[in-house]
Amino acid sequence: MTKTYEVRLSGSGGQGLILAGIILARAAVLENRKVTQTQSYGPESRGGYSHADVIISDRDIHFPEATNISCLLALTQEACDKFLFDLSDNGILIIDTTFVKNLALASENTYEVPFTDIAQEKLGSPISTNIMALAFLVKVTGIVKESSLKKAIEESVKPAFIDVNLKAMQIGFDLAKK
Amino acid sequence: MTEKDKTKTTKEKASLAAKPESKLEEIQTKRERKTVLMQGNEAVAYGALDAGVDFFAGYPITPSTEIAEILAAELPKRNGAFIQMEDELASICAIIGASLAGAKALTATSGPGFSLMQEGIGFAKITETPCVVVDVQRVGPSTGMPTSPAQGDLMQSKWGSHGDSPAIVLYPDSVKESYELTIRAVNLSEKYRTCVILLLDEVIAHMREAVCLPDIANVRIINRIKPTVPPQWYKHYDENQKYLSPLASFGEGYRYHVTGLTHDSHGFPTNKPSEAAEMMERLRKKISYNIRDLVQIESYEMEDAKIAIFAAGITSRAAKAAIATARAEGIKVGLLRPLTIWPFPDDAVRKMLRNVDTVIVPELNQGQLIHEVQRLTKDKSDGGLIPINKVSGELITPNDILNKIKEVC
Amino acid sequence: MANIPQRIIHEYLRHDKKFPHVWCAGCSNGIVLGAIIRAIASLNIDRNDIVMVSGIGCSSRMPVYVDFNTLHTLHGRSIAFATGVKLHKPHLKVIVVTGDGDCAAIGGNHLIHAARRNIDLKVIMINNNIYGMTGGQCSPTTPHDAYATTAPYGNIEPDFNICNLAMGAGASFVARTTAFHVQEMQSMIKDALQHTGFSLIEVISACPVIYGRLNKKGGAPQMLKDFRDNSIPLSATEKLPPDKIEGKIIRGILRKEIRPEFTAEYSALCKKIQTAGGE
Repeated sequence: MTKTYEVRLSGSGGQGLILAGIILARAAVLENRKVTQTQSYGPESRGGYSHADVIISDRDIHFPEATNISCLLALTQEACDKFLFDLSDNGILIIDTTFVKNLALASENTYEVPFTDIAQEKLGSPISTNIMALAFLVKVTGIVKESSLKKAIEESVKPAFIDVNLKAMQIGFDLAKK
Repeated sequence: MTEKDKTKTTKEKASLAAKPESKLEEIQTKRERKTVLMQGNEAVAYGALDAGVDFFAGYPITPSTEIAEILAAELPKRNGAFIQMEDELASICAIIGASLAGAKALTATSGPGFSLMQEGIGFAKITETPCVVVDVQRVGPSTGMPTSPAQGDLMQSKWGSHGDSPAIVLYPDSVKESYELTIRAVNLSEKYRTCVILLLDEVIAHMREAVCLPDIANVRIINRIKPTVPPQWYKHYDENQKYLSPLASFGEGYRYHVTGLTHDSHGFPTNKPSEAAEMMERLRKKISYNIRDLVQIESYEMEDAKIAIFAAGITSRAAKAAIATARAEGIKVGLLRPLTIWPFPDDAVRKMLRNVDTVIVPELNQGQLIHEVQRLTKDKSDGGLIPINKVSGELITPNDILNKIKEVC
Repeated sequence: MANIPQRIIHEYLRHDKKFPHVWCAGCSNGIVLGAIIRAIASLNIDRNDIVMVSGIGCSSRMPVYVDFNTLHTLHGRSIAFATGVKLHKPHLKVIVVTGDGDCAAIGGNHLIHAARRNIDLKVIMINNNIYGMTGGQCSPTTPHDAYATTAPYGNIEPDFNICNLAMGAGASFVARTTAFHVQEMQSMIKDALQHTGFSLIEVISACPVIYGRLNKKGGAPQMLKDFRDNSIPLSATEKLPPDKIEGKIIRGILRKEIRPEFTAEYSALCKKIQTAGGE
């Protein structure tokens, strides 16, 4: 059955959300799916708002921005507040409770995980939070195969950072099992 | 109730550089190039390289900079030249100079830089020097919103330079088409000896899509015609062949003169009214006598449409999404999309106007394309022509268009 | 028959089409044109390999008269056009003819960046201290207190020392002479043509009809005599006390040094990348 899956990865500049979006899109390309990836960000490289949209479908994708979000990842309070109401019915919400403290509405499809704290604790740095959260999202939603995600990560990050990101990915998968 | 997704896409005048998609997929297995995730700006850069561009001069500006960055890495590998100039004034001039020396030359910029380039674009047109300017549009006027999309440069791309100067301006709607139309822009600049402009939406420039580029052997390239006569018989502006005349490069023994002054057919300045008029007519006819070769449009779900949407670039994609939903509800609506904005597809628009009751023109500006449609509307009251405008830095969404469709049907 | 100078010039002119020229009687532009042609002829450079580029202004009308590859461009942009020509075909000799307004006002940014890159262009700036073509407006080299149609009460701005500017920006060959010192001019142009790198020659020139009249400088002969009397060679400045140098035109080759040239650097970069790429 054909379904169009609209993912929004949101937070602030410097959290690696656009890279996460590119990796997710690349994983979809590896599975021969149709995909578009867009982003919106302020002029600054660090700080400011940032979000990446990934639309994955088996049909041609016309409009490339998420308008009816199937899954929203929010790494900051601001992003969560801004996009929460664009979530579709039964849409999945994943928040990083390290930064998102208040949730206007919660449903059974809400996952609350302190990604940044976990990254700091287990990997010694918050730098791979994006990959950990993305892996969590992939596992929960099943939009692409875990193996495709792994391959996409390997294709997208610098060789020196592959190991740490694959580790982050595995942590993300494990968290989703719980 | 399944959404109609039979993409009844007929590309009239489809002289696209790349081969049709079906054939592409057929030969995919033997191909050197695989399907990859690619950004619009990347597609422009690789389109330029595949078209044979061997000279780039530019100045950094969001949201076009990736084009320069990729070419800075790729051109030296192929003995092509890359130079970062001191400003956009210098960039356009350097590519014209290089083109006269025989290069296929391109620059890329955005609104503020495009404004600065206008005088140079006029020079390329009056001297009939091939070159390509990519303008990745952002919100203006002035610095505006550098990372947000707008379609505010449609008129500037035609009228930006002072004086009458017929324009060729192309406008893609996807990453793949950005690649194809970059090649076409380079080809047309060489064929028509003029500055061709490629307008890109910020969203398309930064969007990533799965793209499979054709192998280089399947890319159709047009090179400028070289003179075959000895130098003493050479005329820099020869009137043969529908106003498309051969072009010698500096250093090849044809020691001609190039000037931004109004000139005669040898390129020497003139004040003679008859020669001045002849030059201007030549520039006009070069475009207007070749409309059929230049105009490309996509007609989408138009066969039975009572409502037509006329939109270009990213806005046409919102329209297609709206059409899918509206058609599922039984509303007969279609899309006419110009891939060539200038020269304007008058004939196709007239045909559309004859066949539909209402035309909706969504655009990310305060109303530019709609006036061109209006120009061709003789018997339609204003009620039949409906604008949707947005200049907030956000896109016109499928819902914006759908709501308007429902209002009028 | 021996090549008397006049015949050499005629060999290089497009005299069948483009004369009479636009320059006023007494203008120095023709003197500079003659020196350029004689310098080129003395080096036996193939004229197919010469590209003469100019911008807008009286001096920038020069290319149309000569039988080279000639490119008459936009106001201020000649160096940018020339950069494109040179970078695409580095073997071409690219000569830029420009004026003080074209080069130092509207085109100043291109001048300093071309000098910084040390790209092998030969820029001959004919400095007549005024905008002649538009009828006598103040230029960046109009001296303090001099009159112009846009400085009817005398110019209150200091003037630009273009040679110092070019040297400061990194030009590897910089020279100054006047329209009176024709042999010196010709030899400087010859030197510049043999030099590899960005070259600027400033020629102080006479505009008797506009600048001369506005500032009561007498006719062309008087202005040229003034150049003779008010200039000193660089070599003489060492021996003279500062008060004898003050206000004089210093003539000579102010800088000549070997520095990496842009197009050579670029082609070395291409080779390096291509060999590093293996295969």
